[in-house]
Order: sequence, then structure tokens, then C-alpha cells
Amino acid sequence: MSSLPRTLVAYASLILLYLPSLAVGVYSVNKARFGLAWRGFTLSWYKSLLENERILEAAWNSLLLACVSTVIATVLGTALALGLERSPWPKSCQRLFDTLINIPVVVPDIIMAVSLVLAMGVLRAISPIFELSLGALILGHVTFQISFVTLVVRSRLVSLSPETREAAQDLFASRLYHFWRVTLPLITPGVLAGAMLAFTLSLDDFIISFFLHGPESVTMPIYIFSSLKRGLTPETNALSTLTLLATVFLALLAERLTRRL
Amino acid sequence: MELSAFAATTAKPRPQSRPDRLGSLLLAGPGLLWLTLLMAIPCLSLVAMALATRGQYGEVSWTFTLDNLKRLAGFGLFGWTPDLGLILLRSLLVAAITTLLCVALAYPLTFHIASRRPSVRVFWLILIIVPFWTNVVVRAYGWLLILAPQMPPARLAAYLGLIPEGAALYPGSLAVYLGMTTTFLPFMALPLYASVERLDPAIIEAARDLYANSLLIFWKVALPQTRPGLTVGVIMTFVPAMAMFVVTDILGGAKNMLIGNLIQQQFSQARDWPFGATLSLALMFLTLLSLTFWRLRNPDKRESS
Repeated sequence: MSSLPRTLVAYASLILLYLPSLAVGVYSVNKARFGLAWRGFTLSWYKSLLENERILEAAWNSLLLACVSTVIATVLGTALALGLERSPWPKSCQRLFDTLINIPVVVPDIIMAVSLVLAMGVLRAISPIFELSLGALILGHVTFQISFVTLVVRSRLVSLSPETREAAQDLFASRLYHFWRVTLPLITPGVLAGAMLAFTLSLDDFIISFFLHGPESVTMPIYIFSSLKRGLTPETNALSTLTLLATVFLALLAERLTRRL
Repeated sequence: MELSAFAATTAKPRPQSRPDRLGSLLLAGPGLLWLTLLMAIPCLSLVAMALATRGQYGEVSWTFTLDNLKRLAGFGLFGWTPDLGLILLRSLLVAAITTLLCVALAYPLTFHIASRRPSVRVFWLILIIVPFWTNVVVRAYGWLLILAPQMPPARLAAYLGLIPEGAALYPGSLAVYLGMTTTFLPFMALPLYASVERLDPAIIEAARDLYANSLLIFWKVALPQTRPGLTVGVIMTFVPAMAMFVVTDILGGAKNMLIGNLIQQQFSQARDWPFGATLSLALMFLTLLSLTFWRLRNPDKRESS
């Protein structure tokens, strides 16, 4: 392909990728309450955002959900990766576990969401704690986060040389001591990157939250979606811009950590 | 490397560390249990759910029938209708066109990136990864702003007589494909880039020396060489595009209903979980079928070297 059309398509793609986010950002500082004409710069929508209780509640829900589910998923996912390393189980078992871990990565979100709805239905019959609420959202988010944490930590574990373990054994280090003083410090960047990835995925998730949320557990993306249906306000722009900036910042941070691996 | 291999052969056999079954189980157990209970079993139980029926008040009634399969085939209360078939076909079509558009943009884009200096390449890649992390709902909403009646694109279209004066460019196919293509372009471009980057420019030069035109070079040289990346890109684009309902819901309106929207409805307004489960399985089946078709048409020849 000759060079000029290729370059044009490349730049056009970049513009297409950034145009929508840019539009949201520009209108979040536009004075006009109605309509889309430019009426001058203002930060008042960001200020009124802070006075809107429903938005603050959605932001708090998103943050709480992301923090709690990330902590649980990071612990479970890291332990899972460590447990499967040098797995003492037969090959077929190993393959089964790998499939299990890969399900949330390859299956479309909506199927995951639907099966989680079914699971919550059963759990609700057992105990009312599993009512569609933030608790249900946490369970749902952890379910897809575990896999991503495990995969990231695993890729780090694979790159560790087996010699460190042998060296530690030669020096009569106990298994626990070896884990605490050698393995854990070495995989920490991987664990952090996995946690950051899980956090971003949780903040960004729409479909699974949408299927599992109740009236009291509205998250940011769900709030934005439903306010689109109710009619747009400049606060929506401000909120969307903040959500975008937060995820981009976290994602770049995660990138940084992964790069150091 | 060689030294350690040498050491391994000469060192006297050290007692192998016993595989620590209990420790491994304690570590992996909770995670595996979680995934089994909340992921594997519910996924499998979709099949049972698909055979159940909707009770009078939207509850699940465990009387097993094949009614949902019949409904899937288009036989409703009032005889056969093509509605559902059309929705399935439209979902396939939208996913396929989205994938095709992404391929059409991703090839020039990745070739452009690969021809830059290494430091510039990293910059371009980051620029492509960032939108990958931004929220789908927010970006679809951004397109609503851009395609609004007062904005230049809609004004231009109205001036050319394509849409009535004062109308927006949404809801409609244009909005849907703009939204879908920009949502999935990073999914296509990143895996494709991995293949394009490894393409030897000398081969393309050789083809050019032999008077092959650009199209022929692409078809005979670039395409076969980049097929592994293309396949990953197609899977990563097509599978979520088939299941997408947010972008199509925001930008497409009610006329452009896809299977994702229909599944979502069964779990909200319609309260018909069994039929929702049937539709989910249909979605999985269609996706796998399409990917198998792709695999058959594009056999993944492993490099023999």
C-alpha cells in the first residue's frame, strides 16, 4: 500500500478513537445548559456534580465496589496462580483448571452476566443477603476479576527462575520463609499490575453491573446510561469526563507496572 | 544456559522437593471453588434453564419442555414469524460488518505504525490502548453529542438532503457502525500489530521489484503472513460484537434490536429467564459456528521453521 492513503487512514482512525471522548470533555466545560452551542468556559458543572446526591452515591458505590472486589480478587487470584504453579496434579486436571480460569476471558460479557444472574437467583433462595445489591455486584465482579489477576500473576511466576527455589532450599530456608522473602517480593509487581487491572475492569464494567444491580447499588456507568435515557444534562458530561480520566489514569499506571516486569 | 545444563547432568541427584499437594490445594482451592460455583456451574445450568418454562408471574417453572427452542425457531403464539430470525441475522451481520470495518482500518493503521521509528511506535500503541480502557457507555454517549442536529456532520448531511433539516444522525446504521467500529478497533489493531511488526519489509520489496501492484502484494504477501494476528483480532472483535447491546441500544434505537438487547429484555422487562437462557445459548452457538467457519476458511498454518 502506498504511503499517503495509509497515513491518512491511520490518523483518521486515531481521530475516530478520540473524537467521542473529546466531545464529552469539551461539553463538560461549556456554559450552555441546553443545546450544544459553545457559550464559554465554565467549571460550574463539576461544582454542581458535588451537590448532586445521586451522583455522589453512584460514585461512592463504584469506588467501594472496585476496592472491595479488587482486594478479594487479588488475594484469591494470586493464591490460585501460586497454587497452580508446579502443580502436583495430573495433566488433565491442570487442563480443566486452565479452562476454568479462561472462561471469563473468552466468554462474552453478557453470557457471564446471565449466568451470574442465575447463580444469584439460587443464592437468594438460600439467604436474603444475596438480594440484588452491592453484595451481589461484588460477587459478580470478583468472579471475572479472579481470572485476570491469575493470568497476570502467572505470567510473572513463569518468568521466575526455578534456581531461586533451589538456592533457598540449599540454604535450608523453609517453604514459608522462601515464599515470604523470595517469591512474594519477586512477584509483587505482577500482583500490583493484576490488582490495578482488576480495579480498572471493575470501574469500567457496565454489562455485569447492569444485570446484577438493584435500586440501591447504581454504579457510575449505570447512572450515566440511565441518565442518557432520562435526558442529558451537563452534569452527565462532567461525570463522564471524570470517569474517563480516572480509568485512563489507572490504566496507564497499570501499564507502567506491567512494563517493569 | 549451557553451564546450568552441564551442572544438572553432573550434580549428584538432589532429593526432589516433594510436590506439596496440600499446600497447592489450600492456595488454589478457594479461587477454583469460587470460579466453579459462580462461573462454571451457572454457565452449565443455562442449558437446564433453557428447557424450563416461564411461570405465570415471571418465576421459573421447572416443567421441562422444548417450547423455547420452538420459539427460537420462530414459532410463537400466533404461528411462525421471522422476527427472531431477523434479529439473529442482524446480530450476525452487524458483528461481521463491524469486524470487516475494523480490519479495513486496522491494516493501514498497523502498517503505518510498523513503519515508524521504534520510539514513535510505542507512542502510537499507547494512543491506541488508552481508548481501550475508556468506558463504552461514555464513548457511545460522545457519539450522540457529535451526531446531534446542531453539529457539523448532521448539518452537512441535511445540506446534502440526506436527512431532513434539524434531524440528528442517530439513531441509525451510521451511528451504530461508528460506535461499534471505534469500540472494537483497539481489539483488532493490537493483535494485528503483533503480526505486522514481524513482517519482513524485504519480502514486500521483493514483490514490488517483481512488479506486483499494491493489491496483489497485500493479497499474496501481507495477508498470509499476518494471518495469526488477524485471527486473534477477528475473534477478539467478533465475539464481543455479537454480544454487544450498550452501543447498539444507545446509538441504534429500537429498530436496530440485536440479540444482546433481546437477552437483556428477558432478564428485565419480560422476566422470562428460561427464554433468556435459550437466547444466550443461541448466541454462544452462533458465535462458535462463525468462528469455526472462519477457522475453516483461514487455516492457521504454523510456521514450519
